[in-house]
Amino acid sequence: MITIKNLVKTYTSGSKTTTALNGINLDIGKGEIFGIIGHSGAGKSTLIRCINMLEQPTSGSVWIGETDMTRLGKSQLQRQRRRIGMIFQHFNLLSSATVYDNIAFPLRLERMPRTEIDRKVKEMLELVGLTEHAKKYPAQLSGGQKQRVGIARALATDPNVLLCDEATSALDPQTTDSILRLLLDINRKLGLTIVLITHEMHVIQSICDKVAVIHGGIIAEQGPVIDVFLKPKEAITRDFINRESDTGEALNEAIRAPHPESSRTVKVTFIGDLTYQSIMSQTVKETGVEFAILQGTISRIKDTPYGQLVVRFEGPAESIERTLKRLVEQRLEVEELQ
Amino acid sequence: MNYDLDFSQVNWDEFGKATAETLQMLGYSSLFTLILGLPLGVILFLWARSSSAGLRILYSILSVIVNILRSVPFIILIIALIPVTKEIVQTSIGVRGMIPPLVIGAAPFFARLVETSLREVDRGIIEAAQAMGASTWQIVYKVILRESLPGLIAGFTVTVIALISYTAMSGLVGGGGLGTLAVNYGYYRYETAVMLVAIVLIVVMVQLIQVIGDRLVIHFTRK
Repeated sequence: MITIKNLVKTYTSGSKTTTALNGINLDIGKGEIFGIIGHSGAGKSTLIRCINMLEQPTSGSVWIGETDMTRLGKSQLQRQRRRIGMIFQHFNLLSSATVYDNIAFPLRLERMPRTEIDRKVKEMLELVGLTEHAKKYPAQLSGGQKQRVGIARALATDPNVLLCDEATSALDPQTTDSILRLLLDINRKLGLTIVLITHEMHVIQSICDKVAVIHGGIIAEQGPVIDVFLKPKEAITRDFINRESDTGEALNEAIRAPHPESSRTVKVTFIGDLTYQSIMSQTVKETGVEFAILQGTISRIKDTPYGQLVVRFEGPAESIERTLKRLVEQRLEVEELQ
Repeated sequence: MNYDLDFSQVNWDEFGKATAETLQMLGYSSLFTLILGLPLGVILFLWARSSSAGLRILYSILSVIVNILRSVPFIILIIALIPVTKEIVQTSIGVRGMIPPLVIGAAPFFARLVETSLREVDRGIIEAAQAMGASTWQIVYKVILRESLPGLIAGFTVTVIALISYTAMSGLVGGGGLGTLAVNYGYYRYETAVMLVAIVLIVVMVQLIQVIGDRLVIHFTRK
């Protein structure tokens, strides 16, 4: 659906050149929710703006379907942009227009007949649950409601792609979750491709199918969220994940705590249905080792349940070895920690 | 100057005529100031932030012209513009003769206020409109002008009030209206009462316009 090839963006001010994006390659499939995570200044804002050419790339190409966005003339670009919805961190609604008029805005740009606009706006109001607020002005709405207006406005023109620029960063946690649910709902109902940028792993974990970690203008790591989240390869990725759970220090302490000579500490990962099964207890019953849980998470990534436990097995060395083997046989992932 | 007030000197018919003249000058000059100043302000705003270097140079030139027109004291501007005025309206005195200098004096002033108001519009809203595929023209009239309407009205109010003082000044060079009355009777003939009445009428006009302007600003403010 969206293919980004060797995208480079540099800014020149005076004699100084800064490189915001340094050769980005991404492939975003139709109907996917694709998250791009990075710290501020990592280039994620520039990247998402290059998709609809709000930022003109210095080199490289951005394909949406069969169209190379970097090669469009002014009016062609305007036409293409109408097929790409975008929502923003600060909502960017017209303060002088009612909720109704804000949603009607992109339709009026296209000179759609009045009755059709009315039908579409009402449909959108219903979709985002703001029907009774149609006559209000943005200043009279809460942050979450404003973002719902933003979403309704972005979807009014039936786009194939929705770009979300830190869409939940200005919202409180509950509101964030309700907006994320709405996005997920829309993605499923309309089969819409969603590209979102964020600095919160939580957002990625809740709704994204795939994730790319951007750092210093390059993609450090990308792949299905479950792989990247549970088996991060890069330090920057681990940094985002740890920040979410804030556990690195506590775990080190638990590992260093006094423990029997004959023991091994491992990280056991359960994915999918395995998460809720009694594999651990069955295994230790069989092999006769004891275990202590040093740290554990049982949660979900989008719809996939997962568990990740750091446990210390205690007992005769060969029994522990047998335990680990049994766990691997039952499709758990076992990684030994020092 | 003699401050004995004698309101029997006041010729109310003449005041009626002078007020009408002032209002006429004010009406026409405000209208033409709006017609010229608003687009000029929009052009200044667009050219200042244009990605084309050529337009940015044009902006600098236009900006200097606007500044020059604004820095000439109005009374001098009227005199300096006499040949131009004659060219445009075939006279340099009376109500007609005052309208060109009034407009030329006020339009650059208003244009600057317009430019400032437009700059206040949140960049994010403009970006959102671009992302929705709006053309530059659509962004100007559906987003920027609409969003800055309260600021534009406030700017226009200030401009109209400046125009009232300009029309009064034009009394010195035969412009007609309340200013002429105040100068001819109040200054040259020491009829202080006439001058006072002229002042009161002008003050009332200014207050009225300010109140109307403020009301409109409040009416259109949605923030």
